[in-house]
Amino acid sequence: MYFGLSEDQKFFQENVSKFLEDQSNLDVIRKITEGEANEIQQEIHDGLVNLGLGSLLIPEQYGGLGLDLLFATAVSQSLGEGLGPIPFAGSYIMAPLAIMHGGNQEQKNNYLTKMSENSMRIGVGFSEYIGARDNANISINDNKISGRALFVIDAKDASHLMLSDKNGMIGIVESSSSGIEITELVAVDKTRNFLEVQLKDVDIDILELTSTSKEAIDKSIDAGRIILAADSLGASQALIDKAVEYSKERKQFNRVIGSFQAVKHMCAEMAADLEPCYALVWHAAHCFDNSPDESRLMACHAKSHVSEVSKTIGKKATEVHGGMGFTDLMGVHYWFKRIGVNRQTLGAPEVIREEAARIQNF
Amino acid sequence: MDLNYGSQYEDFKIEVQDFCKEWHGINFSDAAKTPMSQNFESNGKTIKRSEWQSILIEKGYTARSVPKEYGGYGGESDIIKNRIIATEFSNAKIPSAMGGQGIDMLVPTLLELGTEEQKKQYIKPTLRGEMIWCQGYSEPNAGSDLASLQTKGELIDGNWVINGQKIWTSTAQFSQMMFCLVRTEPDAQKHAGISYILIPMDTPGLEIRPLVDMTLKPGFNEVFFTDVTVPESNIIGKRGEGWAVANATLGHERGALTDPNATMNRVNSLINRMKKETIDGKRLIDIPVYRDKLIAIQAKVTAFQSNSLRVLSSKINKGQDTKIAGMIQKLVGTELRHELEGFAVDIMGELGTLYEDSPNLRDGGSWQFLYMYYLGLIIGGGTSQIQKNIISERGLGMPREPKVQGN
Repeated sequence: MYFGLSEDQKFFQENVSKFLEDQSNLDVIRKITEGEANEIQQEIHDGLVNLGLGSLLIPEQYGGLGLDLLFATAVSQSLGEGLGPIPFAGSYIMAPLAIMHGGNQEQKNNYLTKMSENSMRIGVGFSEYIGARDNANISINDNKISGRALFVIDAKDASHLMLSDKNGMIGIVESSSSGIEITELVAVDKTRNFLEVQLKDVDIDILELTSTSKEAIDKSIDAGRIILAADSLGASQALIDKAVEYSKERKQFNRVIGSFQAVKHMCAEMAADLEPCYALVWHAAHCFDNSPDESRLMACHAKSHVSEVSKTIGKKATEVHGGMGFTDLMGVHYWFKRIGVNRQTLGAPEVIREEAARIQNF
Repeated sequence: MDLNYGSQYEDFKIEVQDFCKEWHGINFSDAAKTPMSQNFESNGKTIKRSEWQSILIEKGYTARSVPKEYGGYGGESDIIKNRIIATEFSNAKIPSAMGGQGIDMLVPTLLELGTEEQKKQYIKPTLRGEMIWCQGYSEPNAGSDLASLQTKGELIDGNWVINGQKIWTSTAQFSQMMFCLVRTEPDAQKHAGISYILIPMDTPGLEIRPLVDMTLKPGFNEVFFTDVTVPESNIIGKRGEGWAVANATLGHERGALTDPNATMNRVNSLINRMKKETIDGKRLIDIPVYRDKLIAIQAKVTAFQSNSLRVLSSKINKGQDTKIAGMIQKLVGTELRHELEGFAVDIMGELGTLYEDSPNLRDGGSWQFLYMYYLGLIIGGGTSQIQKNIISERGLGMPREPKVQGN
């Protein structure tokens, strides 16, 4: 019996963290979010894909690494901790899983192979399945897709888009098809991108099994939620580390502020809230990989609970930094914002908890 | 990640399951009079608490690693087997082994630090439930700052003569013995002046007064000492070493206070209650606000359960670092349980406030009782605030409060 990450998983995780420390420090992140470092951002993306991030879950027979979701979860923690300014949850987790569970053999051969060769990258828009905002609506008929999808993730510069209708039918379109209009949204977290996509009678390749089964979209969303929870976990850990470090340096009343119980207790509360989230997220990923019966509920719990804990940590860690925490100079806000967007993506906590109640037939 | 206990434990699991089937539905003819004692469904099989304890020791389901010569099972300590026993007993709803301060705290301390004579004299009757112990640590002026305790012990003609007062003494009224912290070296520095002394509760000069807590159920006591005289040999460790001896046992207590599986059982009872209970004819489980809070709590408890698996894993796999995961258990476990019990009171509204033997009482009034009881546990055994000091100082490496002069 062993509950935790393996040596391989930790090693890989540390490599991703080191890469981000070297290539993507806060100054770089700042430039990227100001839109002034597109080339550097592409280099970071390429570098991480070279490490294997693009094909973690793709089975070896299609050229991928054939690893499990727990492995990807470990990686996602590092991305959250280091504000990894790259597509991940959508392009490299949800898209391959949807194809693995929903595609026929030909679709798997075609897409998964291209994805592992990095000649194809997919943005994912499932918001209209989870809960459509602003009356967005997708309809798929006779291999044509029309309508509007909001908050399509990892879709900027993606060669393809994966979209779903309300019933969980999933299809893939080429981003450059005629009849597609793409608008960039400006979310508070600019380390990743979110698009609005309008479509009119665009040719779509329906993943064959998804016309009769929701298994593929549910699997894909469960995994996406676990990965986003892991991202917030990493981001929250970064915030606690920063707050503790700052509290040991900053002096007021001739004492470091970290010696005041008011400050110590805030840090202890953050640690006590976050620590069980490691176990929860890893356990959820382990269930995803090994016990499908428990996996849907565990994914809901992981995403909704980590979202709540991270929100509180975003607030408290900022407060420990005092006025400096509120400034762009200190940069605490980058993690605050990353957590804020993770929280709403693929279902806000209340939406997910209602889903968790239904999964249990309440 | 590997959550299987391994094939070598499969046989053991089946053995425990068979045992549980054999004893399903037993009840005690002399149920312990503690506030946490549970009523088990009876199938008519009745047994004395101490007989049950003896059976469990014989099977190795409790006192597993205590040597045979001291009345234990004499096996290897095995965390996974302990876990299997706890899980199967809980699933089968048969009573677990006796616990309490004697078995959970004193026995490990004696095994570690007691003399051969002390081990022979005390461990066996304690394990068998024939000798109940209470803990004499806290005093009116020594709570979170326990080491400032003032109950005095003087060595006169080969006896300790003890004067002073202890408080928060659970089960003193049922106990035969107390393990007690006493200041024996008044000139030594605070922590170095304390000794750990064993006191029979029927010693002349020892008086027990019940201390009624907010639950109004029998629980705590105050214990007064007026020239209470016990032999010099009733000390564990040397003079002035009592603080170290006590710290060996406090570690055992903090782990024991919060069982995540018991908390999950309460979540499931709450779900059942919400399916039955109605407001304006509508089931509580169907009301969105209640559903939302229920699932939020269920998620927290799930996280706490997973955390405890991780802590368990670190005990089996040497070198696995889960320092903070272990340190937060008392704080998180008690706060979470209090929140859960309080939420159950809320969803029942006025019905949730019914108590004792009121008409229309739900689940024996257990929600309101445990809501209050867990407030006591949040404070006892190191308050939440003390826990936060420990987490921030030992877990996060933050500086201690500057000392006030004279302390």
